[in-house]
Amino acid sequence: MAGIIDDATMENVCILAKLSLTEEEKVKAAAEMQKMLDYVEKLDELDTRNVEPLSHIFGDRNVFREDVVTNGDNSVSMLANAPKSKENQYQVPKTIG
Amino acid sequence: MELEKLTALQLSEKIRQHQITSVDAVKAVFDQIEKKDKGIHAYLETYKKDAYARAKEVDKGIASGKYTGPLAGVPIAIKDNICIEGKKTTCASRILENFVPQYNAEVIDRINEAGMVVIGKTNMDEFAMGSTTETSAYGITRNPWNPEHVPGGSSGGSCAAVAADEAFLALGSDTGGSIRQPSSYCGVTGLKPTYGTVSRYGLVAYASSLDQIGPVGKNVEDCAALLDVIAGQDEKDATSIGREKYAFRESLSDHVLGMKFGIPKEYLAEGLDPEVKETFMEAVKVLTEKGAIVEFFSMKTTDYMIPAYYIIASAEASSNLERFDGVKYGFRAKEYDGLHDMYKRTRTEGFGEEVKRRIMLGSFVLSSGYYDAYYLKALRTKALIKKEFDAAFEKYDVILAPASPTTAPKVGESLKDPMAMYLSDIYTVAVNLCGLPGICVPCGKDHQGLPVGIQMIGDCFMEQKILNAAYAFEKGRGAFGEPGEGGRA
Repeated sequence: MAGIIDDATMENVCILAKLSLTEEEKVKAAAEMQKMLDYVEKLDELDTRNVEPLSHIFGDRNVFREDVVTNGDNSVSMLANAPKSKENQYQVPKTIG
Repeated sequence: MELEKLTALQLSEKIRQHQITSVDAVKAVFDQIEKKDKGIHAYLETYKKDAYARAKEVDKGIASGKYTGPLAGVPIAIKDNICIEGKKTTCASRILENFVPQYNAEVIDRINEAGMVVIGKTNMDEFAMGSTTETSAYGITRNPWNPEHVPGGSSGGSCAAVAADEAFLALGSDTGGSIRQPSSYCGVTGLKPTYGTVSRYGLVAYASSLDQIGPVGKNVEDCAALLDVIAGQDEKDATSIGREKYAFRESLSDHVLGMKFGIPKEYLAEGLDPEVKETFMEAVKVLTEKGAIVEFFSMKTTDYMIPAYYIIASAEASSNLERFDGVKYGFRAKEYDGLHDMYKRTRTEGFGEEVKRRIMLGSFVLSSGYYDAYYLKALRTKALIKKEFDAAFEKYDVILAPASPTTAPKVGESLKDPMAMYLSDIYTVAVNLCGLPGICVPCGKDHQGLPVGIQMIGDCFMEQKILNAAYAFEKGRGAFGEPGEGGRA
C-alpha cells in the first residue's frame, strides 16, 4: 500500500473532500491520516490475489418498479429548508462571470 | 404504580385492557424526562404537546379497534438521524441544524400504524460517527448508571433514554455497532437486524452498505415486538428484502437445548478487559446450564476486521456526505468567495472533527492511484471475512461475543485518541460488513457497577435464532436491575 500523506496529497484530499483547512489543521489531519493508513496496511498481510471484491452482501440485483409519480408538489416545503431561495428556486453565489 | 418501570408490552396490555391510557403512559415518560434528562441529556428535542395529542388519538383508536397491536399506545424515542415529517432532523450536526424533512422515514410510518407515540429525538454521535455520543454538536449524553461515564455510541441517546426509563422503547441505527455497543454500556437490549430487513428510507445515510435501523428496549421480547413493527420490504429502499416469515415475538422460545454456540478464540485474547471477560464467561455458563453446546473456534480474520471496516465505512461516508453543501438544506457559511468557496467553508464550519476525519480518509482511499490498494483491498478482505463467518455458521447456530472490550469509559477519555476508539469496535464491525443480525443483552456488571453485555450473532435472516438464544439467556439470568433502585422483570 505504502500511502504517504505529503503536502500535495493532503491538498488533493481537501479538494476531493471539499474542505478548507488551515495549514495547522492540515498538518494535524495528515498525521492522523498517516497513522490510520499505517494501521490499515495490516491488510497487506492477506493474500487476496484470487479474491473478488465483495461490495453488496446479497449480490448485485436490480430492483425495478414502474416510474409513477406518487408524491405531490413539495417545492414550497423543500425550499423552506434552503439557506437561500429566490423565485421558487435555490439560490447560490454567481457561477458565471 | 410506577408506569415507567413497565416493559413496553406490559404497558400496552394495560392500555388495551383500559386499565390505563396512552395519555397516562406519555405523562409517565415526560415526568421521568423532567426528573432525569437534565443530568443525562438523552434527548435533543421532545414533542410534549404533539405526544399528548397523539396519545389521545391513539386511545380513541384503541377503543374503536383501529389499533390492536401489542405495542399500541406505547411511547417511543427516535434517534435523530431518522426523518420525521415536520420535525427537525439534525444527525447531531451543525450542518443540519435547521433541517426539517417533508416526509417520514418508512419506520416512522410503521410505528404510527402500530399505534405508537413518538415522544422525541435522541442524541447521537454526529452522523453516527463515534462510539461515545461525545461527537454530537449539541452536547454529550451521560450514562444513566454513572453520569461520569459515556453511554456509548452512536445510538447513545436512545440507549440512555431506555435505561433511564425516559422511554419504553427506542429506535437506533447500527453501522459498526452503534446499537449493540451502547446497549451494552447502558444495560439495555439492542438488536441490529440482517441488512435489508428494515427499510433505510428516511435514515440519513452514513455508510449505505452497512447501515441498519434496529430496536432498543428493556428486554428481548420488547425488541422482538418492535422488530415485528418495523421489519418488512419497502419499495422505497431497493436494498430492503422481503421474508416469508416475520412474527418474531410470537415465535419466541427459550429452548436452547442442543443449540450450538461458537465463541471466536481471538475475541477473548489481548485487549479484552479481564472483568468483562469473566462476566462474559459467566453468561456463557447460563446457556450451557440450559443445555446449549458451546465451543471455541478460530476466527483468523479478526485482526483485519477494523481496517476493512474503517476503509469501507469512510469511503461510503465521504460519498454520502457530499450532499451537504449549503445549497438545498441545512447550514450555509456566512462568508465566502464564490460557489466553491461556499461549499468548502460551509462544510468546514458545519461538520465536526470526527466527521471531517472520516470524510478525508474516505476521499483518500477512493482517490485515483489509491482506490485499488485501499478500497478494493478492503472489499476483498470483506469477502474473506464473510467466508469465515459462512464457515462458522455451518457449524454453529449462534456466535457469542462480548459487545465491547471494556465497560463504558469515562467522559472525555475516548476522543483524545481516535485510533484507540476505532479499535474498541473490534467485536461489532464484522456483523455489519457481513450483513448479519446481532443482539446485545445485559449480562452483568463490573466492580464500578457499570453494565456488561453479551452479543449473540446469527447468520443472515436468522433473527429468530438469536432472539430465542437471547430470550433463553435472559430467563436464565433473571432480573438485571436498573440504574438506581428496584429490579426489572
